[in-house]
Amino acid sequence: MSRQSVAKAHQKIQELSWEPQYHEPVSQYGTDYTFRKAQKKDPLKQVLRSYFPMEEEKDHRVYGAQDGAIRGNMFRQVQERWLEWQKLFLSIIPLPEISAARAMPLLFRTVPNPELHNGQAIQMIDEVRHSTIQQNLKRLYMTNYIDPAGFNNSLRNFQSDYCGTIGRQFAEGFITGDAITAASIYLTIVAETAFTNTLFVAMPAEAAANGDYLLPTVFHSVQSDESRHISNGYATLLMALSDESNHQLLERDLRYAWWNNHRVVDAAIGTFIEYGTKDRRKDRESYAEMWRRWIYDDYYRSYLLPLEKYGLVIPHDLIEEAWNQIWNKGYVHEVAQFFATGWLANYWRIDPMTDEDFEWFEFKYPGWYDKYGKWWENYNRLSMPNGHHPIVAENVDYVYPHRCWTCMVPCLVREDMVMDEVDGQVRTYCSEPCHWTDATAFRPTYQGRETPNMGQLIGHREWETLYHGWNWADVVSDMGFVRDDGKTLVAQPHLNLDPKKMWTLDHLRRMGPVQSPNVLLNEMTPEQRQAFHADYIKQGPAGRPAPADA
Amino acid sequence: MTTSQERSVPKPVFTDAEAGAKVFPDSDRRLYNYFTPAKRKQSHYEDVTVEVQPDPRHYLSQGWLYGFSDGRGGYPLDWTVLKAWGSDRPEPERFPGSGGKGYDWPATGWHEFRDPNEEWELTFYRYNSNVVRQLNQNIDNARQSKAFEQWNRNWVRFVERNLGAWMHVDHGLGLYLYANAQRRAPTNMHNNAISVNSMHRIRAAQDLALYNLTLTEEIPDFDGSAHLEVWKSDPAWQGVREVAEQLTAIDDWCEAIFASNVVFEPLVGELFRSQLVQHAAPRNGDFVTPTVVGAAEHDFAERDLRYTRAMFELLTDDREFADHNKQILNQWLSTWTDRAITAARTLQPIWSQPDNKPPRFEDGLDAVKNRFAALVTELHLDVPKELAQ
Repeated sequence: MSRQSVAKAHQKIQELSWEPQYHEPVSQYGTDYTFRKAQKKDPLKQVLRSYFPMEEEKDHRVYGAQDGAIRGNMFRQVQERWLEWQKLFLSIIPLPEISAARAMPLLFRTVPNPELHNGQAIQMIDEVRHSTIQQNLKRLYMTNYIDPAGFNNSLRNFQSDYCGTIGRQFAEGFITGDAITAASIYLTIVAETAFTNTLFVAMPAEAAANGDYLLPTVFHSVQSDESRHISNGYATLLMALSDESNHQLLERDLRYAWWNNHRVVDAAIGTFIEYGTKDRRKDRESYAEMWRRWIYDDYYRSYLLPLEKYGLVIPHDLIEEAWNQIWNKGYVHEVAQFFATGWLANYWRIDPMTDEDFEWFEFKYPGWYDKYGKWWENYNRLSMPNGHHPIVAENVDYVYPHRCWTCMVPCLVREDMVMDEVDGQVRTYCSEPCHWTDATAFRPTYQGRETPNMGQLIGHREWETLYHGWNWADVVSDMGFVRDDGKTLVAQPHLNLDPKKMWTLDHLRRMGPVQSPNVLLNEMTPEQRQAFHADYIKQGPAGRPAPADA
Repeated sequence: MTTSQERSVPKPVFTDAEAGAKVFPDSDRRLYNYFTPAKRKQSHYEDVTVEVQPDPRHYLSQGWLYGFSDGRGGYPLDWTVLKAWGSDRPEPERFPGSGGKGYDWPATGWHEFRDPNEEWELTFYRYNSNVVRQLNQNIDNARQSKAFEQWNRNWVRFVERNLGAWMHVDHGLGLYLYANAQRRAPTNMHNNAISVNSMHRIRAAQDLALYNLTLTEEIPDFDGSAHLEVWKSDPAWQGVREVAEQLTAIDDWCEAIFASNVVFEPLVGELFRSQLVQHAAPRNGDFVTPTVVGAAEHDFAERDLRYTRAMFELLTDDREFADHNKQILNQWLSTWTDRAITAARTLQPIWSQPDNKPPRFEDGLDAVKNRFAALVTELHLDVPKELAQ
């Protein structure tokens, strides 16, 4: 920056905006919120003359570290268990990043404060930075890590896979529907302010413990931009709060955004941190401990609670319930178990848990072994092809779950499952808040109020529907998750790269057909459905069938 | 005796997880394989850009998951009336047992676009950092060598009023045309190129604003706020202002980029920057302003025009919709050329403001018209009759 101070320069660039006199800018996105023009200050106070060199310097550090990692043979010390999960994470995350860029113009016409638009434009290009720098990191992994499969067809995989679909909400929720719901509440107030802490700080720390110091290098660089975006959201939130008529919508959107972020991000990042690590030191933080620190204390207590005095209705019940899910209901463990159950429909390898892992889980989550230990022993036993089916088709005391129509993570905490007929279709939901999101929140009226700009949940939200009646080998071929010999699967339920130990399409060919739980549910009579529901909510933990005498 | 407690740190483990450590299926498949590169080898730019924004026509088996209130999600193709081949094919139908396959890559001609500047974050920050560093150095050197004292009095007035007014054009278009349009295009390659274009404009606006601030500090009677009144009510600027506002009011994203980069910039932006400011400044003792304005000119007239040309060439050469596109583009040419020429002519009085006159307005206008006509012809479009105004 030249001798002009940033504050003075920032003050000067406020002269750039002007009130249209002849034609109004096009208005393409609607909101049911109302904003009065208010002189809210741009919290970023960013001027491009200093911003560009700052980002360039951050880039120098990132790319310098990448060169160093390659020269220093970092991949000789990287845990394969960890890098395999990055095939999922790094296929997902560039889309949310670029979607955040695309989301910014949703706010231009709906938030009438030109000073904030400056910060939003800088956030836009920040997000282009994040998306491409993450694609580049994945490219580096593909080039230098022992097993490129899964990285090399990353974006096709992500868009065909049920885990990718879960993650895709974290992007699509930013760019459609009511402009404020999407680009402000869901994106900046909840996703960026609360959950990037676990995504971009807690998880990279775990990467470093697994020999990968490039993930922290890239993601801490990203997070240093995110902290500015949080200020963008805060300024918009304060403007929204100043109009009493917005409070009802803010309450709705915080409930939806909080719960959806919890279901999606905790499912994925919790699994990576707890089941993707080889670091089993007893004094390293578990995901639950990280969550308590980063989300409960830093976000909920330090950021959200002080906003109560401005009239923000905070979903205390859902925040406590999210903690309850993680700590008491085993949410992360249930998800990891499901991902491992469906390993064959994925594009990464999932390492079995060992005695050392069991000991750590039992220490961190007392009672873990009784719930999940036996199943993971079965996973280990069935990991190499030896005349049996993949675990999903073997009898291991696990009932294949139904999908949640809203968050698309299966209904794994069985007691919480809700069944309802919505839009002429019987749907299952993992929890009451997800049921409410579909049946009540994403509707053109809310509590008697017209909400014509609210978005819709669309798409083919149950993955199994597409493959109902298909042979598993055809499913995996259709998705393209096959290696270059035309038969070996990209996914494996172990880390052994000996071709003789790897599963192929031939092994899957012997399995029974895929059955869509939702198609089957809709074929049932009402009585059968009630019986199904009564049984389902008695199942678990760890997917166990309902007790016979219950 | 003191004892030190061993710190708890993760232990390095030799895993031998390097590329090439073992041979197995896919062990040497180290290229992204889900798209066809534009040239023989896939470029770094393509690797970090292509297919990040999905399309249900090829791989998005479950479709878009969140929609607007009308139930449409993602990036609807009809957000522009232009079409690329394959645009009229319906999205693959999905139903129980349908499978997930879509059309083969690229499914539509939209996915064939590549930014010839190959911009991604690394190139973008390097380039723009270099620009702002060079500008800072130029301005600092000028300040130290008392270069602003060489300016004649009317040139000071010219810069405070007219160069000041132009910053509003860059800012308004940067935010409300380009940043807005990067939500609208159907591929990541389009939207990233448009984002970069947006930041060029916003940077150029800020460059002018901060230059204005320096001049306010360096030249005793320089009125740093004169541009506000000029932009708001000087009759010479109202034509430019009206077109700039009209550009931000365009709904169709292709029309917005076309009208701005193919018509407005060549006919009005280049006329003002290259044919007026750059030529007039040295004659009036000013060697600094052309370096500031020249940086923007290079961005808009070279870099941004380069991607724009590639984007529209694909559409006018499209194997299915070339005629459809050319007909619409010719209409847009006609409409926006008329507006741009009117704005340019309204600006004519400022040519007489400097003491030492630049080349004649008509000569400057002829020069930009010639460049514009060549550009239009390269795009296989008709030179509009409105150019003759």
